[in-house]
Amino acid sequence: MWSGERRDIMIKLDAKIPEGPIGEKWTNYRFHTKLVNPANKRKYKIIIVGAGLAGSSAAATLGELGYDVEVFTYHDTPRRAHSIAAQGGINATKNYTNDGDSVFRLFYDTVKGGDYRSREANVHRLAEVADKIIDQCTAQGIPFAREYGGTLANRSFGGALVSRTFYARGQTGQQLLLGSYQAMANQIRAGKVTLHTRMEMLDLVVHDGKAVGIITRNLLTGEIEGHSAHAVVLATGGYGNVYYLSTNAMASNATAIWRAHRRGAAFANPCFVQIHPTCIPQSEEFQSKLTLMSESLRNDGRIWVPKDPNETRPPNEIPEEDRDYYLERRYPSFGNLVPRDVASRNAKKMIDEGRGVGPRKNGVYLDLTDAIKRLGRETIEERYGNLFEMYERITDENPYEVPMRIYPATHYTMGGLWVDYELMSTIPGLFVIGEANFSDHGANRLGASALMQGLADGYFVLPYTIGNYLAPLLGTEPMDVAGEAFTKVEREVRDHLDRLLSVDGSRTATWFNKELGKILVSHVGMERSEAGLTEALEMIRKLREEFHSDLKVLGTNESFNQALANAGRVWDFFELAELMALDALDRRESCGGHFRVESQTEEGEALRNDEEYSYVAAWEFKGIGHEIEEVLHKEPLEFEYVALSQRSYK
Amino acid sequence: MDVTLKVWRQDGPEAPGRFETIPVQDVSEHMSFLEMLDVVNERLTTKGEEPVAFDSDCREGICGMCGIVINGHPHGPQDGTATCQLHMRKFNDGDTIVVEPWRAKAFPIVKDLVVDRSPLDRIIEAGGYITIRAGSAPDANLILVPKPASDAAMDAAACIGCGACVAACPNGAAQLFTAAKVSHLNLLPQGQPERWTRVEAMVDEMELYFGSCTNHGECEAACPKSVSIDFIALMNLDYVKAKLKNRKRIGQTVQ
Repeated sequence: MWSGERRDIMIKLDAKIPEGPIGEKWTNYRFHTKLVNPANKRKYKIIIVGAGLAGSSAAATLGELGYDVEVFTYHDTPRRAHSIAAQGGINATKNYTNDGDSVFRLFYDTVKGGDYRSREANVHRLAEVADKIIDQCTAQGIPFAREYGGTLANRSFGGALVSRTFYARGQTGQQLLLGSYQAMANQIRAGKVTLHTRMEMLDLVVHDGKAVGIITRNLLTGEIEGHSAHAVVLATGGYGNVYYLSTNAMASNATAIWRAHRRGAAFANPCFVQIHPTCIPQSEEFQSKLTLMSESLRNDGRIWVPKDPNETRPPNEIPEEDRDYYLERRYPSFGNLVPRDVASRNAKKMIDEGRGVGPRKNGVYLDLTDAIKRLGRETIEERYGNLFEMYERITDENPYEVPMRIYPATHYTMGGLWVDYELMSTIPGLFVIGEANFSDHGANRLGASALMQGLADGYFVLPYTIGNYLAPLLGTEPMDVAGEAFTKVEREVRDHLDRLLSVDGSRTATWFNKELGKILVSHVGMERSEAGLTEALEMIRKLREEFHSDLKVLGTNESFNQALANAGRVWDFFELAELMALDALDRRESCGGHFRVESQTEEGEALRNDEEYSYVAAWEFKGIGHEIEEVLHKEPLEFEYVALSQRSYK
Repeated sequence: MDVTLKVWRQDGPEAPGRFETIPVQDVSEHMSFLEMLDVVNERLTTKGEEPVAFDSDCREGICGMCGIVINGHPHGPQDGTATCQLHMRKFNDGDTIVVEPWRAKAFPIVKDLVVDRSPLDRIIEAGGYITIRAGSAPDANLILVPKPASDAAMDAAACIGCGACVAACPNGAAQLFTAAKVSHLNLLPQGQPERWTRVEAMVDEMELYFGSCTNHGECEAACPKSVSIDFIALMNLDYVKAKLKNRKRIGQTVQ
């Protein structure tokens, strides 16, 4: 279904939160869930799309359990998945540092950090299984940082007052991904997992209201194929590249989740986007992406700007009394470790006041000079050496000698497909895990929690919950891909590709993505307003129409055609962008990464409106013409264990 | 600055390849090499000419997706740097820059600068893992790892799997990649139970696709993560020991 047609399915939201006190819900669930007999597991086929942390850990675990798993990735190898770029760490409540951590504290910090817009039951489960993730990864040989006695080392991260973050130098995501990829490789060798590389999912096949398979395009040959299974799992990451400039890898996109949305999966909280405070500021127009510097630097780095907007001295010559360590000044108890949304908004404020630094006055200083003096260069090198090196390559400045410059950038998307407690979307049989779902981070994600959620879902949640859906399907076969259900969607995918190739306009998809990104950054970025969002909606619609009449894609479908693959993704970004603006407009409150200028405290902090907006906004796709048609469904959020209160990091 | 690119163009795996000369005006020295290619591609497309195919993804030097031979050097002239982190400030106005795909028999060309590196995955599948079922691991601090062992394992584990080592090797050998993967796991206490079967299986698999190592050391010079060839010595030692140790009577058989 593309333009013109209308959907008439009406979705119902049932979060399926188990009975009982919060600490017993997951245990209760596992006891009451339907199990699949180990001998029968091989009779079930499961498709997993995406092979990052969530996808590969799920594939490895489901393979071990005995299911017949097929994995699809658009990369040439799963090790390229963008999880690999995560730098800082992964949280768990081991309390190895003896500083008062507990499952409840991680749960509490996460709910509070997410500005009370996440589901308590999911977050508590995440905090519970986090410890097992560290055990699993250590056993896999992840070279986590160690103390001299051989035990694991920890550090702290933004939004927390305890040291609960485990890390492998500045390459934690890389090491965790290699661990889950290797575990999956073991299952590939064992014949339990079949891996398809350079294959992109272009649509979801739904039959009788259930997800029964996917349509893929082989990126090397253009071949369009249907694949059927008893269940489909999407683990395709976030959609931050809708902004064009983001910290995401170039190929990260929304296509799989967006097309599932078009087929009936509700899209939840699309406007919740995390703007990460410690990225290297944009240098010029041609720039293709923004590079993140791990926020662990905020443990030892002090953030400041000159007090005088007309300051011209180089940073090292500006004396203490002329510097404004604005985070330490405004938030004495958390200081430089305030959560990401707070740090980002404060940096923007400094720059809006004209106190930005660097050639474009678009950054603030992240200064490790004091730490280098206190701890010695060697220790700093040990902790952050690779980050410093990366910074120097990009900016041509040596951060051991001059303070780094940072600025916020689009990073992680808390929104995603709506899922219930079992991680199942509103389409039965379609599961969504990791960043692709919406469930655990609320309106803002705490540092070191993304890796935790990806692996929690893959290793310890989905493998239990998927059985509940599969058990009653015993004796059924996956659908025939030659049947009408599949061939109809296949035809639509082909038409869609033909449309992209036949526009024959004058501008590339990349150009359109950049222009779309500019609209989003200005109006659906760190600050949103009624007027700005209304204007953005019209601008997005107008640019989308230009995209459909002025796009230029050369070549054919039947070849390795990177521009064609990209154009399809940009098409989806346009529709998603419109929904993001709609969602942001509808939520007339500030929370976490969503800051409505009309709703702030006297001190300029995000002001929630719990009376009216304490819900998950789940959007149902109805159709698209000049405007996108979406129906809003609300899942009310209840906070039984973490009392709703104004977040304060003072 | 202005540069002239001599780029390898090849329509597909079977098609003949050729160098194409593309003059590029107005390059900013702050561009990364790949951003320069992005600009070239935008300009080519607007003129109605097919863009140059090349692989890249994270552009932060960690995913290992990019990989271009620049003026004869895999990943270009800067030491310890992946192509995506190489900036045009390393070149001069008026330079002619030769741009080629990875050159190795094991990596057939897909198109232009894109190659197929899947044999590296076959090496991992042969044994590049520690077998542990999700949920069955003991508490993490029950496995003590001396800090030096953890650090050495991490030095090896830093490999990004880009294949520059293979492209740089006159023999098209994959010893540095394989050694990095073997050493990462074999250096850790957790890796001991499968140590000998792992090294044997991975090395044997490697030899199905890649050439032999004759100690040129070009791999280390080309490695964007400066992974040390000392790991090759470690792998070779373990391989020899494995050949002696892998007997049925000690409970580890080669599958």
